[in-house]
Amino acid sequence: MSGPLEHLPALAVVIPLMTAPVIVALRRPWAGWLLATLVSWASLAMSLLLLQQVLETGPFSYLMGGWAAPWGIEYRVDQLDAFVLVIVSAIASVVSVYARKSVEAEIEPDRQYLFYAMFVLCLCGLLGMAITGDAFNLFVFLEISSLSTYVLVGMGRDRRALTASLRYLILGTVGATFYVIGIGLAYMMTGTLNMADLAQRLPAMAHTSTVRAALAFLVVGIGLKMAAFPLHAWLPNAYTHAPSAAAALLAGTATKVSVYVFLRIVLGVFGATGLLTALPVTQVLMVLALAAMFICSAVAIWQPDLKRALAYSSVAQIGYILLGVALLSETGLAAGIVHLFNHAVMKSALFLALGAVALRVGSTRIDAMRGIGRKMPMTMAAVLVAGLSLIGVPLTVGFVSKWTLVEAALDDGMWPVAVLILASSLLAVAYVWRIVEAAWMAQPGPELAHVREAPTAMLLSIWVLAGASVWFGIDATRTLGVARLAAQTLLQGVAP
Amino acid sequence: MEVPGLFNYWMAIVLMMAGLYTVIARGNLVKKLIGLGVFQISVFVLYITMGKIKDGTAPILPASGSAEGVVFSNPLPHVLILTAIVVGIATTALGLALVVRIHEAFGTIEEDDIQAIEESEA
Repeated sequence: MSGPLEHLPALAVVIPLMTAPVIVALRRPWAGWLLATLVSWASLAMSLLLLQQVLETGPFSYLMGGWAAPWGIEYRVDQLDAFVLVIVSAIASVVSVYARKSVEAEIEPDRQYLFYAMFVLCLCGLLGMAITGDAFNLFVFLEISSLSTYVLVGMGRDRRALTASLRYLILGTVGATFYVIGIGLAYMMTGTLNMADLAQRLPAMAHTSTVRAALAFLVVGIGLKMAAFPLHAWLPNAYTHAPSAAAALLAGTATKVSVYVFLRIVLGVFGATGLLTALPVTQVLMVLALAAMFICSAVAIWQPDLKRALAYSSVAQIGYILLGVALLSETGLAAGIVHLFNHAVMKSALFLALGAVALRVGSTRIDAMRGIGRKMPMTMAAVLVAGLSLIGVPLTVGFVSKWTLVEAALDDGMWPVAVLILASSLLAVAYVWRIVEAAWMAQPGPELAHVREAPTAMLLSIWVLAGASVWFGIDATRTLGVARLAAQTLLQGVAP
Repeated sequence: MEVPGLFNYWMAIVLMMAGLYTVIARGNLVKKLIGLGVFQISVFVLYITMGKIKDGTAPILPASGSAEGVVFSNPLPHVLILTAIVVGIATTALGLALVVRIHEAFGTIEEDDIQAIEESEA
């Protein structure tokens, strides 16, 4: 590409970054909302252009400031990066349209512009993590997105949002610092921070304990950020008490980008060292993934607050993604990568719908939602569609992920794992059924008499995502095609 | 083990463990944040130490203009840590701001007391 499009990889990150101070300077909630929405949609357009270019011409690099890699910072775009960029910017775009009404209702007027400033900063950090090819640059973007996320969580109405935010801050910082230690140890042995360069130089050093310690620090550090079981303690409270729009954004993007970092660093950079099979990395990952799927799904069933139930379900769903990764086959990896998109779509739809319920009813507790299906039929129908997808019913995106995952497990001859995947879906049936039972099987009480359907802009956002979870469930060739290409590219560098 | 040569690394580990222990063991939120700060600083020490090269000097071109035969320390880890220090300050500032808000909202900054209040509400 030439002309202004040549700088697309840099612009995708720089535009949200520069918008944040503008929003703060303007101090007007509507201006903040307008800018955040425009920037999100612009990022989506840029991400789609990048994805199109990758699919046409293959992976390409952008040299920041013209400095050649490995000395300068390289922005590298391959199928996986472009796919993650599209997920993040698409969810942000939909959530930004929704945010206006939700933020007006949940955040004090003089703080609303700050919400939008943090929203675009978070977007900048997440996009930056996905696009950069430099391990230390990734840390900087990780902290940009994390710090803005802590603020977003802390803006929740309930005072428990503050403690949830601080807890997330402490665990998130420990995770990020572990990441820096891991990168530091790898730098010590190789003298480079460029991911492609690291991947080339690490195999020669693979026998040293320094490199092994680096891998351990990186796995634990990134595991904390992606809420991999049992490092998920920060997630349920953070999602429950965050403002609705922030919870939907985070549920769809934050842990997904961390999973991407895991793939990029552990498979992409350390893949060629052979340590993944020499040490029991994949076995441990598989056991933890299965534990997440069962324990967190079971915990979700007993939660009185639906937002909290969905937060636990998110940890369980990260388990499905990691299970696909642990299989270390092309189909397994593709299942994990496609589930990044599929889970983002359905979980964000659910959090958005619960945000609409919170707006009209004032609570997301299941006993406050009895009979809500008759009062807010459109919102709750979207919950049902996304809920069916969470279970993995055919014609939804959830089915595509689970089908591919089961296929990958059977390919490897691991039929007990395939059985466990199907069995864990039954737990999802239980927590989705609770919603159906409360929403439709009960008569609305007098306290719901004044409850109306959600505002149109919110309904539109909810249904765009609920619709997407059916659309890409019926025709998964495109998403699954990109995921397979991404898995192929990633596996090229992994030693058998 | 050549302890003198690896002194900085040992101290980095001591600081790291002290910081992490404080984060885990202390119930006071400000003390937790101090522990977090110590933990982060231990990593700064680790990075800066690895930039040191035996007999290396500051990486500034001598007045003569020729760098021939001069051994320089690696400046890159210092630059990286400059960035990490900024991140650390931002994290600590945000954490302390949250503690102030928590104190306003709960009237205490002891983790156990806050947990008791939260559980009585739930």
